[in-house]
Amino acid sequence: MNYEIIIYILGWIVMSLIGALPFYLSGEIPIFVDAWFEIVSGFTTTGASILQDVEALSKCMLFWRSFSHWLGGMGVLVFVLAILPMAGGESVYFMKAESPGPSVSKLVPKLKNSAMVLYAIYIGLLVLEFIFLLIGRMPLFDAICMSLGTAGTGGFGIVNSSAGDYTTYQQLVLTIFMMLFGVNFSFYFLMLMRKPKEALGIEEVRWYFAIFAVSAVVIAWNLTTVMGGRPLMNLHHAAFQVATVMTTTGFSTTDFDLWPELSKSLLVVLMFIGACAGSTGGGMKVSRILIYFKTIKKELAFLVHPRSVKILKMDGKKIEHTVLRSANVFFCTYMSILLLSVILISVDQFDFTTNFTAVVATLNNIGPGLSVVGPAGNYSGFSAFSKLILSFDMLAGRLELFPMLILFLPSSWRRN
Amino acid sequence: MKIIIAGCGNVGYALAEQLSEEKHDICVIDTRPDELDAATTGLDVIGINGTCSSYRVQEEAGVEDADILIAVTDMDEVNLLACLIAKKTGNCQTIARVRNPEYYDEIGFLKSKLGLSMVINPELAAASEIARLIQVPLAMEIDTFARGRVNLIKFELPEDFRWKDKTIREISSDFDGNFLACIIQRGNEIIIPDGRSVLRSGDKISVMVAPRYTNILFDKLGIPHRVIRNVMIAGGSRISYYLAKSLIRSRIRVKIIEKDHTRCEELSEQLPEAMIIEADASNEVVLNEEGLPGMDAFIALTDRDEENIMLSLYANKVSNAKQITKINKNRLGGIINEIPIGSIVSPKNLTAEYIIRYVRSLKNSMGSNVEAVYRMMDNRVEALEFYIRNDSAVTNVRLMDLKLRDDVLVCTIVRAGNQIIPSGSDMILKGDSVIIVTTHVGLNDIREILA
Repeated sequence: MNYEIIIYILGWIVMSLIGALPFYLSGEIPIFVDAWFEIVSGFTTTGASILQDVEALSKCMLFWRSFSHWLGGMGVLVFVLAILPMAGGESVYFMKAESPGPSVSKLVPKLKNSAMVLYAIYIGLLVLEFIFLLIGRMPLFDAICMSLGTAGTGGFGIVNSSAGDYTTYQQLVLTIFMMLFGVNFSFYFLMLMRKPKEALGIEEVRWYFAIFAVSAVVIAWNLTTVMGGRPLMNLHHAAFQVATVMTTTGFSTTDFDLWPELSKSLLVVLMFIGACAGSTGGGMKVSRILIYFKTIKKELAFLVHPRSVKILKMDGKKIEHTVLRSANVFFCTYMSILLLSVILISVDQFDFTTNFTAVVATLNNIGPGLSVVGPAGNYSGFSAFSKLILSFDMLAGRLELFPMLILFLPSSWRRN
Repeated sequence: MKIIIAGCGNVGYALAEQLSEEKHDICVIDTRPDELDAATTGLDVIGINGTCSSYRVQEEAGVEDADILIAVTDMDEVNLLACLIAKKTGNCQTIARVRNPEYYDEIGFLKSKLGLSMVINPELAAASEIARLIQVPLAMEIDTFARGRVNLIKFELPEDFRWKDKTIREISSDFDGNFLACIIQRGNEIIIPDGRSVLRSGDKISVMVAPRYTNILFDKLGIPHRVIRNVMIAGGSRISYYLAKSLIRSRIRVKIIEKDHTRCEELSEQLPEAMIIEADASNEVVLNEEGLPGMDAFIALTDRDEENIMLSLYANKVSNAKQITKINKNRLGGIINEIPIGSIVSPKNLTAEYIIRYVRSLKNSMGSNVEAVYRMMDNRVEALEFYIRNDSAVTNVRLMDLKLRDDVLVCTIVRAGNQIIPSGSDMILKGDSVIIVTTHVGLNDIREILA
């Protein structure tokens, strides 16, 4: 039995129950399910909100929302990069898919030290972003909350327009830091260890930036041809939106629900891909996508040459069979949860786009979806039942699916 | 010279045989009495039974006044230790066989720290030899002289070529002084050609040529030369690994067939660009399915000589691929040359050959002036590289005025790094390296080429 995992999961649930109390007790979010949804969205760094008017909230509550992102991001980092590799063993093999490259725990012998270094990087980046925002004359409270929200790749804004009313410079700073927080933290670790060659060689990080660049350019082109406007400004908004969706942050500068179909489709696909493993971002992770494509290539070659033997490699290292297996099982599980959730919340009579993107946006910890749950909308219209389902999706997505499912396994609850 | 050979396996025996014939005092060390017996009864050497990395045993073998210790046991560590001990006790040169790629990657470090004079990796040597043959697909054999500045390329003349049935004198203007036909093998007859010799189709000729003129040579001959792009290797040994690595670097596509699953995975990990097929290579279906008929080259490198021969015979039948066959123990001698299995590479012979070449060059600094010796055509022809230290009867005289023995040919003069294919008016000067091809085996001095 792996009690650590179960305790860890229960920790998240209990934490979120306690975290919901401030909203509930202050009376600012009077329904407990709503308060719980909001704080789960915070801790899982999703950024999906049931609030119709964010600005009505007190500054204290706004800060708590943003701060929960930061706490959640910190918990996830240590969970993925330090606790799981240390726990090792068969029971958590599915987590190893997270970092097939150099894992942080290998670079520093003691877990405590690894965690400290991670915190240092995490806080260092946060402070850096905060300073850059202040330089851009962002009000102090906004700068604090936006920095916390970016660091956890959460996405709670403190005004109804999210990031739309900020200056171009401020949006640019947000874009850059969202991308930086979505990078595998092993990258920074290697950089700090003065191994820049290995850091720049991480395949996942290269692909992460490649996908970002290509998507931003395609969307900017699509916007310019369909909707007109200045190409450079379109590129700015496209880059912001791609960054926010890829890193699963969920800020917005414009209502991309009004964008052309190609752009919207591309953004939804990017929601699935997500950020790098070993970052605060969610989604399926670029490394898993890479593994899937490598597997497909291998399988095709295998059809032509049934006797061929091919070892898949990532960052020059062999991808173990267990990692491949868990990545494949992850995909099946992911799709099952996704489809089941879509069916369950369809009870509420919203259109398919809403239902589908609501589940995608919560399971991948992004926040805004399309249509009713688009950047201009929110999740308040869903029934309590649907909110619970979506909360579950947020937790499942954040904790890499399997730990949440363990809770449904009867043997987890037996004494022996 | 006094030479200690540690390890009396195939290579050790071949070395002992060759070196004792060259009048060195040989002492062989081995732990296996049977192997020692075979050596001491068959050859004029003494044998000592014991562990070659033991100081006592080495002392018994006379390491203190030995000139060279050659460690060629099966184990790298033992070889290195034996060399280290010999270096520390005696004042001898040490040669070690090291095969583990991990050691070989840091061989420069080992060499300097352990004071080794020479390290040889048989598999790597064989792989380089095969890679050279792939680079010049028409060649059956390639020997390098003067540190790679000149190659002696052996190939078969086809049915039709530009210089068919012409004498060397008639075509010499075409040669531009860049090529020289050194040996003609016609059936069983070996000819060291002079101006009157005629080139016939079916002859196997050996031509001295600088690497950059190789393609020009085939152009002039009018033999269409192809480039090798797809190579199939049967067997996933260490040679296959080294070879595939070097072929991939020259952008050649490599397919390796190996039957052991674990080995396949290792290879796939080490050679991501190669295609690794898990199958028994001695299976017609596998070979055809994996496209043997369309391959440009087929290299048989399995563990068993017999299997390699059969595979190459099959490849010869179904494809036009250039074949290269690894044969470790060639006990049947000439018969191998009769069957169409392409070029033959033998890692063990190569090892012995390289070591003997080194020993000769050592001896050279002690009297003789042979830099390198190559035995060709079943040891019936020797190509010798001489370094001209002093003026003598052969220097400063035009070659046409020298009275050379029959069947002696001055092939190449390397002067200040440039190769000269000599004509009658060229002269040998002090400081040159001269390459002689001859059927008179056992020349020790350049002056012996005179009649």
